[in-house]
Amino acid sequence: MSLTITGLAKSFGQLAVIEKIDLQVKTHEFVAILGPSGSGKSTLFQLIGGLLTPDNGTIQLNEETIDGRKGLISYMPQNPSLFSWRTILENVVLAAELNDKPDYEEAKRLLEKAGLAEFEAAYPNELSGGMKQRVAFIRALLSKQSLLCLDEPFSALDEFTRINMQKWLLSIWEEDRKSILFITHSIEEALFLADRIYVLSKRPTQVKAEITVPFARPREESLLETNEFFLLKQQIFQYMKEEIAE
Amino acid sequence: MQKIRMRGGRSLFFLLVLFLLWELLIRITETPKWILPAPSDVIKEAAASFNDLYGHLLSTICLAIVGLVLGCTVGLLISIILHRLPKVNEVLYPLLILSQNIPTIVLAPLLIIWFGFGLLPKLIVISLVCFFPIVVSSMDGFKQTAPELKHYMEMIGASRKQTFWKLEFPHALPSIFSGLKIAATYSVMGAVISEWLGAKKGIGVYMTLAQSSFRIDRVFVAIGFIMLLSISLFGVIRLLEKLVVKGRKEEMK
Repeated sequence: MSLTITGLAKSFGQLAVIEKIDLQVKTHEFVAILGPSGSGKSTLFQLIGGLLTPDNGTIQLNEETIDGRKGLISYMPQNPSLFSWRTILENVVLAAELNDKPDYEEAKRLLEKAGLAEFEAAYPNELSGGMKQRVAFIRALLSKQSLLCLDEPFSALDEFTRINMQKWLLSIWEEDRKSILFITHSIEEALFLADRIYVLSKRPTQVKAEITVPFARPREESLLETNEFFLLKQQIFQYMKEEIAE
Repeated sequence: MQKIRMRGGRSLFFLLVLFLLWELLIRITETPKWILPAPSDVIKEAAASFNDLYGHLLSTICLAIVGLVLGCTVGLLISIILHRLPKVNEVLYPLLILSQNIPTIVLAPLLIIWFGFGLLPKLIVISLVCFFPIVVSSMDGFKQTAPELKHYMEMIGASRKQTFWKLEFPHALPSIFSGLKIAATYSVMGAVISEWLGAKKGIGVYMTLAQSSFRIDRVFVAIGFIMLLSISLFGVIRLLEKLVVKGRKEEMK
């Protein structure tokens, strides 16, 4: 599954939000998007999700144009957005349920892998923030689309939980490597997780830089302390500083 | 839950104190029974005429429950239609509010003129009283669905129908139940009012008979049973709520 966006532009009335974005997510690739807040990241996701239609340019999934078409991607939002009246098991199959009968066996297997087997019958209010995000991620995995769009999924978590969640995400992802498009505003997070990083400018948004992350997989936490990691982080920080300063 | 039980216990205790005070004042001032009977007289009368009252009670209970079910079904259907068709909502919602401004006492005789003394006009009265709280509370519930959940449903490509049945409807259940509780208490009042206007049986009939023969003690017996009935219906709805609304302990406290 590959995503290709060419010459994408979107404005709301007089306000140009996205000026021109070209980006690509190849099959089995993990791509992160870094950008200052208000840089139209959410608008970009709404365009990919088909909630908005582009003014210019095209969005293609496997060489097929999907402008304005809904239900073709898996999505994980910033806050877990679990339904409080559904049990955890019922929650994780929600997205799959929209298209056909969900696969409960697969759901149980993934919950068990996430260490949530004993919470199958529990309700979301009994879970911690990190657990809820795991449930939200499994829900996205279970819907059959093979492009995963994650919208700052860990930004609401505390630092300890976040590092654990990042490692957990990689371990699950490496099993079947669905293509991922990951929005974040943490440079470290992008470097630790992604194969490639797009740095966005502030509004009206363009792609400021594209960085290929050279680290091999599977990645360990010790990577965060290496010199290469630090240098890359500094380089990206330079790009972002220019955006803030301008 | 324990808190509620304790609060219920306290208010029951206070009610007992009030009854005691009432009994005492009646005894001291030697008020005649046909002006205001003492609670003990009312209880005696209730026990004495229970066999007589039983039939009346049963008929009112049936009427109230059938009316409640009918009114709630209609109310829920209307609210779903209005919510899903905003254009219809614009036209009909003001009319719904107007419908509540017609005093039941005025409307009921008209309904009898149009539909006779049968069951139909009574059910119309009760449904008319019951459906409004349901419509208002469920529509509020549908509207107050968390925007981030709605956004999520849109992003994963849910149709409007799926969004309604998987998200908005279950999300509104607590609101629907608060409407139901109000409707349940109204339904008993509606039943009694509709019986005043022409029925062979029912607490309303019993009440009018008692009133016209200055049996104030019987009026109080009737009032007592009406209250008991309202509270029981309220309790049943609460029980249903407990069974149906899940995973929201935090919100329910």
